[in-house]
Amino acid sequence: MEQLHWVRHRCRTLLAGNPEGGWHSAPDDLPNKSFLNAHCSLHRVRGKRRSVFARHGPHRQEYDTFSKSYKGNAIRTTKYRLLTFIPMNLFQQFHRAANLYFLFLALLNWVPAVEAFQKEITMIPLLVVLAVIAIKDALEDYRRYLFDRKVNNNVARVFCGKQKAYNDQCWKDVRVGDFVRLSCNEIIPADMLLLYSSDPRGVCYIETANLDGETNLKQRQVVSDLPLQGEEFTPESFPSRIECENPNNDLSRFRGYMEHPSGVRVGLHNSNLLLRSCTIRNTETVVGIVVYAGHETKAMMNNSGPRYKRSQLEKRLNTDILWCVVLLIIMCLTSAVGHGLWLKNLKDPVFGVNTDTSPALAGFYVFWTMIIVLQVLIPISLYVSIEIVKLGQIYFIHNDLDLYNEQLDSRIQCRALNITEDLGQIQYLFSDKTGTLTENKMVFCRCSIYGVEYPHVENARRLEVYEAEKNKAADHSVTLRSGCSAKSRSCRSLSCNRSSVSLHTLTADSEEEDEQLSNQIQARTSAFCSRMAKEVVPDPELVRKLNWFSSPLNEASSGTPSSLELAYITDFFLALTICNSVVVSSPSQPRHVVPEARTPLKSLEEIKLMFQRFSFPPFSALSTFSPPQIRGSPRNFTSRLFTRGKTGSFSPTANNATDGSEPGRDNDMDTPKLRCILDFSAPGEGGNAAQVEDDIKKDDIKDAKTSPDGPRQEVEVDSDSDVDDELLYEAESPDEAALVHAARAYRCTLRGRSPESLLVDLPGIGSLAVQLLHILPFDSNRKRMSVVVRHPLTGQVVVYTKGADSVIMDLAETSKGAEQAQEFHSHIKDQSQKHLDSYAREGLRTLCIAKKALEEEEYEAWLKRHLLAESSIENREELLLDSAQRLETNLTLLGTTGIVDRLQEDVPETIEALQRAGIKVWVLTGDKQETAINIAYACKLLRPNDRLLTANCGSKDACAAFLKELKLEVQCGQDGLTEAPAAGAHGESSSGSVSSFILVIDGQTLDWALQEELKRDFLELSSRCKAVLCCRSTPLQKSEVVRLIRDQLGVMTLAVGDGANDVSMIQMADVGIGISGQEGMQAVMSSDFAISRFKHLSKLLLVHGHWCYSRLANMILYFFYKNVMYVNLLFWYQFVCGFSGSVMTNSWVLILFNLIFTSVPPLIYGILDQDMPAETLKGVPELYQAAQTSKIYVPHMFWITVLDAFYQSLVCFFIPYFALTGSDVGILSFGSPINASALFIILLHQVLESHTLTWIHGLVLLLSGGSYFGFVLLFSVSCVTCSPPTNPLGVETLQMSQPLFYIICAVTTFTALLPRMLFRAVYSTVHRTAALKSSHVEKVESENYRKRMQRWNLSHHRVNRLPVCANNPGLEPSTLHTQTHTDRQRAV
Amino acid sequence: MMASSYSAKDEDGHITVTGPGGAALRSKKPENTAFKQQRLPAWQPILTAGTVLPAFFIIGLIFIPIGIGLFVTSNNIREFEIDYTGVDESSPCFNCSQNFSWNSTQPCTCSIPFSLEQSYENNVFMYYGLSNFYQNHRRYVKSRDDSQLNGHLGSLKQPSKECEPYAKHENKPIAPCGAIANSMFNDTLELFYNDPNGTKVLIPLRATGIAWWTDKHVKFGNPGDGLNLTAEFQGTTKPVNWRKPVYELDSDPLNNGFINEDFIVWMRTAALPTFRKLYRIISRKDNMVPTLLRGNYTLEVVYNYPVRSFEGRKRMILSTISWMGGKNPFLGIAYITVGSVCFFLGVVLLIIHHKYGNRNNSADISN
Repeated sequence: MEQLHWVRHRCRTLLAGNPEGGWHSAPDDLPNKSFLNAHCSLHRVRGKRRSVFARHGPHRQEYDTFSKSYKGNAIRTTKYRLLTFIPMNLFQQFHRAANLYFLFLALLNWVPAVEAFQKEITMIPLLVVLAVIAIKDALEDYRRYLFDRKVNNNVARVFCGKQKAYNDQCWKDVRVGDFVRLSCNEIIPADMLLLYSSDPRGVCYIETANLDGETNLKQRQVVSDLPLQGEEFTPESFPSRIECENPNNDLSRFRGYMEHPSGVRVGLHNSNLLLRSCTIRNTETVVGIVVYAGHETKAMMNNSGPRYKRSQLEKRLNTDILWCVVLLIIMCLTSAVGHGLWLKNLKDPVFGVNTDTSPALAGFYVFWTMIIVLQVLIPISLYVSIEIVKLGQIYFIHNDLDLYNEQLDSRIQCRALNITEDLGQIQYLFSDKTGTLTENKMVFCRCSIYGVEYPHVENARRLEVYEAEKNKAADHSVTLRSGCSAKSRSCRSLSCNRSSVSLHTLTADSEEEDEQLSNQIQARTSAFCSRMAKEVVPDPELVRKLNWFSSPLNEASSGTPSSLELAYITDFFLALTICNSVVVSSPSQPRHVVPEARTPLKSLEEIKLMFQRFSFPPFSALSTFSPPQIRGSPRNFTSRLFTRGKTGSFSPTANNATDGSEPGRDNDMDTPKLRCILDFSAPGEGGNAAQVEDDIKKDDIKDAKTSPDGPRQEVEVDSDSDVDDELLYEAESPDEAALVHAARAYRCTLRGRSPESLLVDLPGIGSLAVQLLHILPFDSNRKRMSVVVRHPLTGQVVVYTKGADSVIMDLAETSKGAEQAQEFHSHIKDQSQKHLDSYAREGLRTLCIAKKALEEEEYEAWLKRHLLAESSIENREELLLDSAQRLETNLTLLGTTGIVDRLQEDVPETIEALQRAGIKVWVLTGDKQETAINIAYACKLLRPNDRLLTANCGSKDACAAFLKELKLEVQCGQDGLTEAPAAGAHGESSSGSVSSFILVIDGQTLDWALQEELKRDFLELSSRCKAVLCCRSTPLQKSEVVRLIRDQLGVMTLAVGDGANDVSMIQMADVGIGISGQEGMQAVMSSDFAISRFKHLSKLLLVHGHWCYSRLANMILYFFYKNVMYVNLLFWYQFVCGFSGSVMTNSWVLILFNLIFTSVPPLIYGILDQDMPAETLKGVPELYQAAQTSKIYVPHMFWITVLDAFYQSLVCFFIPYFALTGSDVGILSFGSPINASALFIILLHQVLESHTLTWIHGLVLLLSGGSYFGFVLLFSVSCVTCSPPTNPLGVETLQMSQPLFYIICAVTTFTALLPRMLFRAVYSTVHRTAALKSSHVEKVESENYRKRMQRWNLSHHRVNRLPVCANNPGLEPSTLHTQTHTDRQRAV
Repeated sequence: MMASSYSAKDEDGHITVTGPGGAALRSKKPENTAFKQQRLPAWQPILTAGTVLPAFFIIGLIFIPIGIGLFVTSNNIREFEIDYTGVDESSPCFNCSQNFSWNSTQPCTCSIPFSLEQSYENNVFMYYGLSNFYQNHRRYVKSRDDSQLNGHLGSLKQPSKECEPYAKHENKPIAPCGAIANSMFNDTLELFYNDPNGTKVLIPLRATGIAWWTDKHVKFGNPGDGLNLTAEFQGTTKPVNWRKPVYELDSDPLNNGFINEDFIVWMRTAALPTFRKLYRIISRKDNMVPTLLRGNYTLEVVYNYPVRSFEGRKRMILSTISWMGGKNPFLGIAYITVGSVCFFLGVVLLIIHHKYGNRNNSADISN
């Protein structure tokens, strides 16, 4: 079955209008050799690559030979065309086994010897099912068609060769080789090579929200070497040839070269390519040449079909259907043998027709006849019904208010349609930490520089205040929403909503779809715009030190930092400011307007030179000490700049002003040198040196120094002045934004960015253009990113690196200088490590900032190899990685940062509920062990008296031994546990009283544990633990873990995550849930369900999952019941008609009975039934376990159902039989009460089985019953000669006018339902009391537990293994009452 | 705040369709309706002993009287049945049953004496009963042409394929075609009352009104206007087993041809292999005299119909009927049984209810 579905899906994708799909997606690397002699072997390699010529350029001929054959830009995502719809659709539908089976039956009915009904009648079920699905497909396809048409008719300005101008053309008429001019905010119609941008630097920004949902801007670059900058691009004379790889679906890769007539080749990469369906931003005009069009664009090639997953229940269902087949065959065989025997004993009957056939042959015929007659036993409509029911369930899930996030204005997205009931059977939950458990709204919290910690007490307090504020301030959420809703709206990107049409067309209204495109245009705001993230209250101490730099007067008395420390601090903030990929924009200006990146001042250059002279030594070697500060003289200039509030441009007056201050600076030059030496030996006395500069500074600083907390005030004033000049930072990850905002709080402001330079405000220095040499972007292997810049002050080439502490600490300089320096470095390292550890314990995310100064020659050498790597086409990625790693060595650790990532609301409650529901929760995170443990504590995954098993092994053997040891330990512990009289049987919740085990395992150990030999031990160990924490795990490991658990334990797994690193895990799990959070949409795109908050999981699983599962399971059972019950009536009749395959019902009624009269109630049952109210399910999560272990739909339930059906059919057949036997009853008159009572029984059976009955149920039941009687009466009145041989004329009218009919129906119906009614009554009376009792016990127990926990926390929190952090309000265990909370605070 | 102002600014892109704020108004918040939130007022039929037991008692109370009523009614029905197949050598019809031929011109007659113990009031219905006769055999049931029987001329000349192999005989279409018609019961039964004074009085039997009204007036019809049946059936031949063509079934033109009621009754195939079919009605003459007096009778049979080859049986049944049809005590017994079982179960449930139900009424969580 599964395979068949796969085949069907495969066919669908193949048929989806892209016959070359397989060919495109095949790896088509450009081999190096052919690249070199590409020109001569052009024809040979044409299959591997494409050459593009300008359509209206000088190479018209080549264009005709090569480019013309490429696909146009018209897209067609429809599966069918108008004419071919019926054959194509039928072809696809017959890939379904059930349909084939029924086709076979229909055909079988055409064989005269076995024909059971009229030929048309057996076609009806098949036709109805086919028609329903065909209509659904047609509607979906029609929507696609409309969408395609809309997209195809979008207008773009395309260069026209004749008129030598850009004309409006529809997208569909754009061809490869066309030049397209786009303006700001236009959507790119095809994949184009960027040839011209109005931006003087030749860049343009695109927003890829339509592709991947990320709203941040990406920069694209005009093909380098194009001599087009400045003047308008002239397409008609574009002479170059473009060679690039064949279309593929890799969004992040594009390789090729452009060959100019001169023979010069310019490499092309991804940054030159404008992708279809992205939007141009912040760039006035761009011109590009189309290289891929239509279906060959990367956007379209990424547009894969909806996910197809097979639910567990459906797998079970298939086995039961097989049982039905077995049952059917048995029944048919019985009939066949019976008929043979009957015929054998019959001699020359008057009623015989064709009695000359041998009994064996007749029996054989009857076998097939019976297969037709009893076909209903195999529920043809079941699959269709299940699909409909799931759609209904999805509709309700989609509409649930509890799963709606007010702040983001986002509902749950259901991307997979057919696994709703799997939600009710989850046994293992794998969760990412960042962004899933936590909000992923990073807020800078603390930092440590130069080995000195700055606790940012104010900031922490403010965070707490914010927390409180957030809870009550509703208006604030509006602000948040306006910023973020747009993002969420853009979540359904182009490819996303196209591919999942079947969902959206049925669950969301269509208009929404149409508007998305336009919404996405608006949807561009910073994702990290929350007030909280931006407002960092600086640490007064740090501010003081930083200001000391510019205003030494104030610092004269106390705590003067050494100049080296100042250098560290400056560099630290400079690194925070520039070592990122943040895009800056301001609302008042177009986003890309970056202040001119020219070096602003001549005089400043001199400052830099000076700065370089003094500051260089501390960073390279500590042989000489010099102050990095440029005090005083730039102060004039910078203070002016600050008061002006704008630093976007530098006016000549500013230039003059600084020129004027030059002498003062010269003055200054000697003193710091002296002072610095003093500083190092006796840091406390630095004030002396500061005094020297007094005269220079005095006039500039008096405004800020009037009050004792001057520095802070100054900062506040400063930030106030910034308000109207609000800068928006858009970062790829929230950490980056948080750091930039933090730096900004210290007035180190990132003002603008261009490819070559960054504009930075520094306190006391002012705006500086930092020449950006390279960005070595973040990747998960290196776990760090670097920027290579020319230091604005020293002119040196400096590498700033920011990354995970483990990595940076390893790379940090192993001192080679003097012993003193060595000591000094190791001191800083030790201190920083200590701070890092404490941050991690508090649950902060830690990052290290380091730098490295390069000698020119060193840089040159590196640059050469780097350029080589960049320009290489083969293995480019690997070479770049190598190159980056070569550079990032011997770093000087500047400092560390701690960023808070607060828990999402209700996470502890959710996790507790899930655990009580019997779901094992695993946390797989890339974070540090300490951070992970702390978060686990905070979200109640760990109880204070749980026993923590930590597995950090250095080698595989150690790991093996350790696992064994732990296993033993757990075994001992659990033996003790089972002996304990505590009510462990009531589920996880009560295990708080006894200790349970939590396994903490780090990435490396996990690697070993996942290996073949240790897998068993690891599994055994982990399955005995209540929870498992995997820290430092890579995305691959995450999916490996999921796979291991899923396959080896055969359990139902759910993975939830929010980032790209969770994608593999999400795809691996049975149910993948994406959290649409701060980190783009990759997780959502690959998920089955996308929610916006972790807490939604509890309702989704406990309530909807439970409902969906029990609904579907009950509905399937009911379907089986219904079919078995009805078919058996026909079977029993065979015993009185010589097993001849005769039926006592009109064949129309027979077929329609299942198809119409009793088809809707099960659907309603499957969609609306609630076996328990939502509140109970939420309140008593233990109820979830019933479904989890498939208690509703288990084999014995299937057989009980079948048995009950047998009983009911016996009653339903034999009561009328005995009541009518021997009388003059005709065939149809005999069938009439049987049919009617079967209908009553089947409908009332459902009433018995339903747990809730609403007016909808009532209406549907009435309509079903009514439709039967209506049809039958109408038929018996109007059908004069129709429907031979079972002509119903007058039968039902006569029957229903007789009291006997009703007497028979009444007793039959009641007798049939009696056992089930009795069973239900007795069962629920006896069982309910048990359930009540247990839930009552549960309540009392959990109450006790809570009290015990409070007491425990009061007494034990100090001796706890790991202190729960105090200054992270989000991490407070929330069950503790406020009383406890404050007590604890006091105690701390 | 700034974000909103920002996005508003960007809306002047020319592809923008919605005006500013258009999207803001369209919140995606699901409607808070009872239906969408699955909070429709619902009746939760939790069947417990407490809720079910009244139903059981009530049903018991209803069923038992009905059962008694049915039983009494059924018992009040007079029914007399006599098997005249002639299996036994002692049977008067033994000879006739032995030498049988469909085509014999010499009718074999036999007379069976019987006596009624009670007098029969009201209308008495005379049935012939057949046993082990599978009129419900699939092929047999199919073997007819409703269109032909309805008087359709085309079907008369060109019978449906379903009638095969009884569609044509000697290249002439058979009317009525098919196995059912071909095997039509053709015994003639006559009833004589043996007056105590020795004379045999022929009891008048009514041959009309035995078929369903719809059958006679809607479903069955003679071809043409039905005035000259001989002409209408020109070019057709009689079924193989028949002695005379269809248009000679009766002298009464309203009971001849396809609308002959004996034929119609036969054509309504019986559901079970043992069945009876209404043959004649003995109407009561006046209210004072019973329709059939208590006493001796003779059944005169023209024995035409062979059943012994397949071990069938032929019977003649005399029965009065009630509102619930013929005599059948089963339903009455069934009702009484089910009613008593319900009553009994009601008591059992009462015990269960007292044992379990009462204790937990206070802790009822499922509202």
